[in-house]
Amino acid sequence: MSNSSAFVRTEMLPPMAPPVSQAGAVKWLRENLFSGPLNTILTLLGVGAVALLFWEFAPWFWRSVWNANSLTECRQIIEERYGAGATGACWAVIKERWPQYLFGFYPSHLYWRPVLAFALMCVAVAPVLYPQLPKKMMWFTLIYPAIGFWLLWGGSIWVPVVALAGLPIGYLAARIILPIGGAILATIAAIVVPVVWWLFLALPVELALEAMIPASIEQVRSREFGGFVLAFTIGFTAIAFSLPLGILLALGRQSDMFIVNKLSVGFIEFIRGVPLITLLFTASLLLNYFLPPGTDFDIILRVIIMVTLFAAAYIAEVIRGGLAALPKGQYEAAASLGLDYWKATRLIIMPQALKISIPGIVSTFIGLFKDTTLVVFVGLLDPLKGITDAVRASTDWKGVYWEPYIFVGTIFFFICFGMSRYSMYLERKLKTDHR
Amino acid sequence: MKKSVFLGTLAATTLFAGIAAAQSTLETVKARGELNCGVNTGLVGFAAPDANGNWQGFDVAVCKAVAAAVLGDASKVVYIPTTSADRFEQLTSGKIDFLVRNSTWTYSRDNDLKMDFVGVNYYDGQGFMVRKDLGVSSAKELDGATVCIQTGTTTELNLADYFKANNMTYTAVPVETNAEGEQQYIAGACDAYTTDASGLAATRAAFADPENHIILPEIISKEPLGPAVRHGDNQWGDIIRWTLNALIAAEEYGVTSANIDELATSSQNPEVQRLLGSSDDLGAMMGLDKEWAKRAIKASGNYGEIFEATIGSATPIGLARGLNAQWTQGGLLYAPPFR
Amino acid sequence: MAVITDEPKAGFRLSMLIYDTRYRSITIQFVVLLLVMAGAAWLIDNLLRNLAALGRGVDFSFLSARAGYDINQTLVEYTNDSTHARAWLIGLLNTLLIAFLGCIAATVLGVIAGVLRLSNNWVVGRLMTVYVEIFRNIPLLLWILMIYAIFTEVLPAPNAFRGEDATSTMSLFGTTAFTNRYTAIPWVIFDNSLGWLNLGFIQISIDFTLVVAAIVGGFFLNRALIARANRIQEATGDRPATWWQSLLALFGPIIAVFVLLGGHFEVPELRGFNFTGGLQVSNSLVALWLALTLYTGAFIAEIVRGGINAISRGQTEAAYALGLRPNRTMNLVILPQALRVIIPPLISQYLNLTKNSSLAIAVGYMDVRGTLGGITLNQTGRGLEAMLLLMLTYLCVSLTISAVMNVYNRSVKLKER
Repeated sequence: MSNSSAFVRTEMLPPMAPPVSQAGAVKWLRENLFSGPLNTILTLLGVGAVALLFWEFAPWFWRSVWNANSLTECRQIIEERYGAGATGACWAVIKERWPQYLFGFYPSHLYWRPVLAFALMCVAVAPVLYPQLPKKMMWFTLIYPAIGFWLLWGGSIWVPVVALAGLPIGYLAARIILPIGGAILATIAAIVVPVVWWLFLALPVELALEAMIPASIEQVRSREFGGFVLAFTIGFTAIAFSLPLGILLALGRQSDMFIVNKLSVGFIEFIRGVPLITLLFTASLLLNYFLPPGTDFDIILRVIIMVTLFAAAYIAEVIRGGLAALPKGQYEAAASLGLDYWKATRLIIMPQALKISIPGIVSTFIGLFKDTTLVVFVGLLDPLKGITDAVRASTDWKGVYWEPYIFVGTIFFFICFGMSRYSMYLERKLKTDHR
Repeated sequence: MKKSVFLGTLAATTLFAGIAAAQSTLETVKARGELNCGVNTGLVGFAAPDANGNWQGFDVAVCKAVAAAVLGDASKVVYIPTTSADRFEQLTSGKIDFLVRNSTWTYSRDNDLKMDFVGVNYYDGQGFMVRKDLGVSSAKELDGATVCIQTGTTTELNLADYFKANNMTYTAVPVETNAEGEQQYIAGACDAYTTDASGLAATRAAFADPENHIILPEIISKEPLGPAVRHGDNQWGDIIRWTLNALIAAEEYGVTSANIDELATSSQNPEVQRLLGSSDDLGAMMGLDKEWAKRAIKASGNYGEIFEATIGSATPIGLARGLNAQWTQGGLLYAPPFR
Repeated sequence: MAVITDEPKAGFRLSMLIYDTRYRSITIQFVVLLLVMAGAAWLIDNLLRNLAALGRGVDFSFLSARAGYDINQTLVEYTNDSTHARAWLIGLLNTLLIAFLGCIAATVLGVIAGVLRLSNNWVVGRLMTVYVEIFRNIPLLLWILMIYAIFTEVLPAPNAFRGEDATSTMSLFGTTAFTNRYTAIPWVIFDNSLGWLNLGFIQISIDFTLVVAAIVGGFFLNRALIARANRIQEATGDRPATWWQSLLALFGPIIAVFVLLGGHFEVPELRGFNFTGGLQVSNSLVALWLALTLYTGAFIAEIVRGGINAISRGQTEAAYALGLRPNRTMNLVILPQALRVIIPPLISQYLNLTKNSSLAIAVGYMDVRGTLGGITLNQTGRGLEAMLLLMLTYLCVSLTISAVMNVYNRSVKLKER
């Protein structure tokens, strides 16, 4: 049979390289940048905007001057180097004044103290942020507020020691009362005894201890705080103290008890309804009216009190979200095990609710940290406006605008961005649904 | 004071309530060992910290004189910067012992705000500064202008009154601090900058090109600037008032920080003898010792010396004495007799 | 055999207040109430004692006194002869204005940025990420100061527009001047003005009321026309052409009102120190508005992104399966569902924006904090009273916004039956 056969291929064709438009960079470009008219326009606009910004600002950054004693000198150097009319950044102002931006008017020979306090603070918050770390570190977290306070403000070491002693004293009181008077009395004792200690006994005991074993470091006044030391002091103190308060408020808002519930709601809504700046003005102008005549404590503490109340209301809402996200079964399971309200809350509800709430708490903290710049309106030296105004008040640096803003903005950005990254990492870790 | 920082919060105030409320300001200051003096947050020449954080200026000198008179040491002063918004609250709430922050003595402040102004340390008035190339030579030509003005001061009311009285209109650019006002004015965001004439002179002196700016001749208000104390503590008010008077009288009688020790022993002028405590013990009437005025004058000199050292014609601010000359020189300074 | 005994019938004992769960909550509430009242009493007692020591009381009569100062932006009639209460109103209106403008612009910007951030376009997605991160992580105060400083330092002073050798010229065909004080734009004036409607404490321009009424009326007329077209389409399958009717409905009334009132645009003109005529939009308003918009927009973008991500992927796939194109999928399927997730956090962003507008103090914009809580407080020295009123004002504004938005939230909520 004659075979008029057509050609039959007996072996596979070798695979060909994909067309240019479907591979490598070109494919990526086509798919990601020029997939349609709208996308093309958006891409061009985006690239154009970036190019424009770069064109405008790059020369200014390029012509930076780091060594000069005044703005005039700076401008002279730039004109000499790049011709008349050239403008450039004068970072010399930052180089000369950066200690003020970081520490305010904190005595310069004591800079190590805020630095140490900051380093220890990182150690103290580490076990909270990274649960893998040993639980024992929590003890350090617990006593850190006293250490931080002592390092920042200085003075006698007995002040924080005696203040901290209130906690074990309360615990001891509860332990002693428990076998005699039962749980309720023990709880009352755990609250009343430390309060009595702080109100009436702490000062004499502190003075006595100080007289016996004098141990104090140089005192620094609140007025000398400024810059990022101030921002961190206010921010971290407020967040640390607002957490317990916020938890209580959130529980109060969840509570079935009419009065407790309404009081919590009223407080939270009031605080969330007014701007922080009015609360700060209250701290600076009005708080003294509400304290016994002659009471005097300084503006930073007053500001911290108001900022703490402010943060507590926001934290309460975050934690309420966490509580609401817990399935009802958790409450029922706790009840079926025979746990009472506080035991259930402490052992079952709160650990879970807090875990869910951490991202929210971190973003509250980012907001709070940024809001510390508002203290400038009550006359404190925040890094953004307070210190910058002080720098600009000197004749050398009159008229310098952009450099301080950029410097302070960059620092804020890195701190807040770092925290928000952490919060996203947590969110990913806590996310249990699969999509 | 040392312990009050922290325990003050913990001990929730009961400890302090009894102590401070019962005492007069003088006793409180003496017990504390320091004088809390409310000053400007930073106005060159009147009160501003230098690069080392030491406060300098015309108002600051009053603080030093009072500290020297009361505590015997001019350095025992805690300078508390106050803003125009919170200065009176700081005083009435007791956070400062007295206020010397170029504050204008007005009827309502004296009566309604429960403060007492105890004297005048600088007679000022509100003026305008404009650029020379604007071609304006009188404030009457400012119709339709944009004016930078510090909020929260009497200048705001004066400005409104002045433009209304002259049937002119203006747009206000409110600024918080002198530094902001300067920035706006230099950038041309306002045609004129208005504040107390002394402040204008100080601001202009700090410009890179002072010759291109003029201060208009009109002074549109009376601004007697003086120290203020809380209403009701007359003894303390008297101390501030007479410390200021002592500085003024010292200039009148030629007592300077240089010759004061010599005059205290050798002067034959009975007024000087009484002032410096060489004859009568005037200090006891106020609860102070004999040499209070001597120490006050020694702190930074008499009124004239202070003026020349801080804001006078030899300084960059370069203010002439004008109304602030002694009454014998045609000014308004007139200290009542010490007897 | 066990003997069943009756449960001991005890009467009410005092200890039951603590140990009996039926009564315990009452006890706790009673104690809490007592503590709170004691605390409040302590505070008020201190307040009264302090005030007595200072010899002053709580007195709101300053509100009816003459204010004596001028405000640079007044939406309704105000002179320095007006009362402090009126200055309060002016400030409140300025706060509401900036809040209103800010909320609208921030929503638009936030939705666009949030959607674009999810787009497949690499450049745009990254750019939006950069925008969001930069604005979210740097304090608002810095943005306000920076934008205001840019306006002040970069734009020319009105003087630069003067004379033969002017260094600056008016933009947009000679109608608009961007200066470092304000932006002077053309503004409508009516030759046959109908005057003002006096409502007691404020006056309303009848002309502008008519214009607004014409716009709103035209809008509703258009809605009715489209609804009618839809009905006809559903009944007969044919959709009548509505475009010319819509155009007429939308623009007819407004043009008619405009012509009747003899409206025309007045172009600003440099006279004396400043531009006169037209409308001068102050830079403090624009800078504050821009800063609030950009800042809040970044937060809203994140909320929108989160809302879109929260919609199950199946919805998109189902929409694609029905043949919807991506942008119609977004508009018809994803966004309406995402709205339910978006609205609650959006409310709190609106509240934040309103509260953040109190930073107006940094650029000299006279909002309610600037008038009542600023100049009035300083001039009268009534710190306590002014601060209380200020807080009350903000509280009322916040509660109103959240009430209105909650009504809207309920209306878009998934109706579960």
